[in-house]
Amino acid sequence: MSTVILQTISLYMSIIPAPIVRFYHNTASPPYFYNLSNKLLPWLTVIFLLLLGYGLYGGLYLAPTDYQQGDSYRIIYVHVPAAWMSLFIYVIMAIAGAIALIWRMKIANVVLISSAPIGASFTFIALVTGSLWGKPMWGTWWVWDARLTSELILLFLYLGIISLYGAIEDKRTASKAVAILALVGVVNIPIIHYSVQWWNTLHQGPTVTKMDKPSIHLDMLVPLLVMATAFKLYYAIAMLQVAKIEILKREKNTQWVKQLVETADE
Amino acid sequence: MNSFDEFLAMGGYGFYVWTSYGIAFVVLLLNVVLPMMQRKQFLRELALKQKRAK
Amino acid sequence: MSLIAAFFAVIRRDLTLAFRRRAEIANPIFFFILVVTLFPLGVGANPKLLQAIAPGIIWVSALLAVMLSLDSLFRSDFDDGSLEQMLLSSHPLTVLVFAKIIAHWLVTGLPLLIVAPLLAVFLGLPEQALGTLLITLVLATPVLSLIGSIGVSLTIGLRGGGMILSLLVLPLYVPVLIFASNAVEMAGNGLAVDAQINILIAIFFTSVVLAPLPAAAAIKMSVD
Repeated sequence: MSTVILQTISLYMSIIPAPIVRFYHNTASPPYFYNLSNKLLPWLTVIFLLLLGYGLYGGLYLAPTDYQQGDSYRIIYVHVPAAWMSLFIYVIMAIAGAIALIWRMKIANVVLISSAPIGASFTFIALVTGSLWGKPMWGTWWVWDARLTSELILLFLYLGIISLYGAIEDKRTASKAVAILALVGVVNIPIIHYSVQWWNTLHQGPTVTKMDKPSIHLDMLVPLLVMATAFKLYYAIAMLQVAKIEILKREKNTQWVKQLVETADE
Repeated sequence: MNSFDEFLAMGGYGFYVWTSYGIAFVVLLLNVVLPMMQRKQFLRELALKQKRAK
Repeated sequence: MSLIAAFFAVIRRDLTLAFRRRAEIANPIFFFILVVTLFPLGVGANPKLLQAIAPGIIWVSALLAVMLSLDSLFRSDFDDGSLEQMLLSSHPLTVLVFAKIIAHWLVTGLPLLIVAPLLAVFLGLPEQALGTLLITLVLATPVLSLIGSIGVSLTIGLRGGGMILSLLVLPLYVPVLIFASNAVEMAGNGLAVDAQINILIAIFFTSVVLAPLPAAAAIKMSVD
């Protein structure tokens, strides 16, 4: 049955143009990926800093004060992009896990485990900034609202992946284990979200989140989208930084790493 | 917003806004800086091992 | 040996092995009762309060009891090499794993059903909720075993096994807990629980079909 699935996937993939396929195959090679990361990082950093600067300027200064929430709503410019990233990164991890299990691509394993602490960090930031926004606005640090609860469970999913990887000594086995876990978890994310939503509406939560379907002012929206893009670039930067050390650890006995050490990559 | 003081105060919500941005900044900074430090350390150790093996 | 024959052979074997250590079968039951008993001691014996939180207490305790019993699912077979034998046999590991989970549930999940009415009385759960309680237990404890088997197979042979297992498995248990305890609570208030039960049925069938796959894959990976 799995061969039929693979054949179908291969059929669809055969219409992808050759250079892209070649690029994909090349990135599967650890030294290529490592060197590519080094080339990309400066560019990514520059664009990230520009977007971050504009996003912060727009969000903290240009955007008008909200007539209901005053200036506290500006937390949105870190809170919402962080929450979006926490979900986005988990999906990337699941895709990487699928690629790693199906095509046994080492780099996919590296991307998965490199993304985990970053995803967990964004989840943490989303939860903490959410609390700091909630306290002055709705009077409480925490409420068992569907989104908060789902986000908390997502944090546990991330921590589970990180812990499992750390606990298994043979890193090849550990990589396979977390790939399986990431896939099982991603299937569960919509279920968790809807079950908690169900649970909460049945209890008729007292708070009504104003930012639910915001008819949001353009001046307020643009910095939000800029920050979201900036965070995506940040994710690429941070993930590549972790991936580099991960690759070095896994490949430390290979020729290319030995040469790298000799030419003193600082 | 007219003055830097007003900017800091954030309409009375200064503590919440700046703590949020501060925590986000620190966490994201660590996520980039720590791997970089680990990599340098790792390469240094490998270089030592290789020198000894020669 | 045909696949069906192998399937039932595995179930029979596991049940036989479990009955040789009959005393251990009682452990999840005792744990279940003990944990439920802790709550009145911890939150105070106010009957109204206990009645209000009874569905949650019973369900959380059942969940913990199943989770603690998960280790025995693959432990002895892993230790004595039988798991490797199953891996090497010509039968798909997924089916054999499913058989083991069934046997495991019969021994650890099913007994909880026998004790549940007693606990309902302890906590003053309304009588009209008892039927729903039993239905949710029948539907959802196998799901807990199935999802749990994924966690166990990922962590067999790990030293800190138990704690990591909890961290892995509890987030996945949350939807089941929510729907099951909510169903019991609604039943206690005399409201309809069709929707919750239907969702639990859907989750049940999804887990039956899907859970043994990653569990078998993880075993293959752990045993190698």
